[in-house]
Amino acid sequence: MITKRIIPCLDIKDGRVVKGTNFKGLNDVSSPIELARTYSDSLADELVFYDITASYEGRQLFTDILTKVASEIFIPLTVGGGINTVDDFDRVLKCGADKVSVNSGAIKNPSLIKEAAHKYGDQCVVLSVDIKRVDGAFHVFAKGGREDTGIEAINWIKQGVASGAGEIVVNSIDTDGVKQGFDIELLKLVCDAVKVPVIASGGAGNIQHFIDLFKEIPDIDAGLAASIFHFGEVAIPDLKRELKKNNIIVRL
Amino acid sequence: MIAIVDYGVGNLFSLISSFNKIGADIVVTADPQVISDADGIILPGVGAFEDAARKLRDSGLDKVIVEQAQKGKKLMGICLGMQMLFQQSYEYGCHEGLGLLKGNIVPMKDSIPADLKIPHIGWNALHFTKESNLFKYISNNDCVYFVHSYYATDCDDSVIATAEYGKELTAAVQKDNIMGCQFHPEKSGEVGLNILRAFCEME
Repeated sequence: MITKRIIPCLDIKDGRVVKGTNFKGLNDVSSPIELARTYSDSLADELVFYDITASYEGRQLFTDILTKVASEIFIPLTVGGGINTVDDFDRVLKCGADKVSVNSGAIKNPSLIKEAAHKYGDQCVVLSVDIKRVDGAFHVFAKGGREDTGIEAINWIKQGVASGAGEIVVNSIDTDGVKQGFDIELLKLVCDAVKVPVIASGGAGNIQHFIDLFKEIPDIDAGLAASIFHFGEVAIPDLKRELKKNNIIVRL
Repeated sequence: MIAIVDYGVGNLFSLISSFNKIGADIVVTADPQVISDADGIILPGVGAFEDAARKLRDSGLDKVIVEQAQKGKKLMGICLGMQMLFQQSYEYGCHEGLGLLKGNIVPMKDSIPADLKIPHIGWNALHFTKESNLFKYISNNDCVYFVHSYYATDCDDSVIATAEYGKELTAAVQKDNIMGCQFHPEKSGEVGLNILRAFCEME
């Protein structure tokens, strides 16, 4: 059977990893290339690079780094951040990305998913959605979670899949950063609504949270996290061994 | 020298990087002469079967590949490139492949349980069904990375590994010098590099 995936996410700004890290034995913890190599060697199933750079120069730096990472790391790479046009897809795919994640770009231009899926295939297009509860409903938020679009999240995701998104990343703003576990209620709704892989993001604080995620939602495909991996609170090999002990199929 | 056939299908970045990583001598080419002179041939491919098969035929490279393979030159197809080694594909109609291996490419959706997601995407364990020198550096149950919605069936005795996804799907094939991987060795970490390494070392 397909294994459950564990995915570290690296936020990159002006060519450096934003969040501080305390990896032992790494000389330069904010070097995306060093970190990518460390994760790849420690059984990460996939890497997500999120470019939070605003400037043109920063973007150039990002594509240079992506090229270097992709030349040395042979696991799937997903790139997000600042993807607004099919040309943006082209730019990062040429640097060795395997999948491209769209978020605000798809809200601004809903036909982006369809155009990109048509050109590169559904498997290449990842729809990333920032979701927060507003008056008992799930709303899609834009601009890094700062702006309530008023769009109902489950419908938005269904539309995205109908347009050709081959994978969904669900970022729960409510659980993000709180480290009290993934947003099981929301993730279950998404998994019931679509038949493409769903990646859970936001809320992981310890190994048990991943076990709970995969036990409570057998359909979920992957768990994504950033800080707990970067700060060494959870080591991916330990996490995967614990998952295996709990009869969750992982790559070891 | 290993020739990676460039016939305008898919992005070769990762494949080239993988061969560079293992120190293989490669050339990316659409030149029949270069392919004929090479020690081995890699046939990559991503996308739709019909489109890829047409591009290969239009370039005239299909004949060169078949001729070289029949002469005994080592050839490995990857993903759609593997599927093209077979006789026919039933992806949106019925399309002719290179016919180097017996078997057909059929949609997964007709033969796996409906609750399984398609494409079959992610890391899955290889189950060896036969010994192969392609596997000399890897072990049974090692995981590799798959992305596909169609698979090879009625392959006679060429299947050397399967992966379980509702049923045992053809994951790798070999008939003498002709080989194929349904998964992406260039995205399968150290295991994938070790498969490419074994291919490069073959006579």
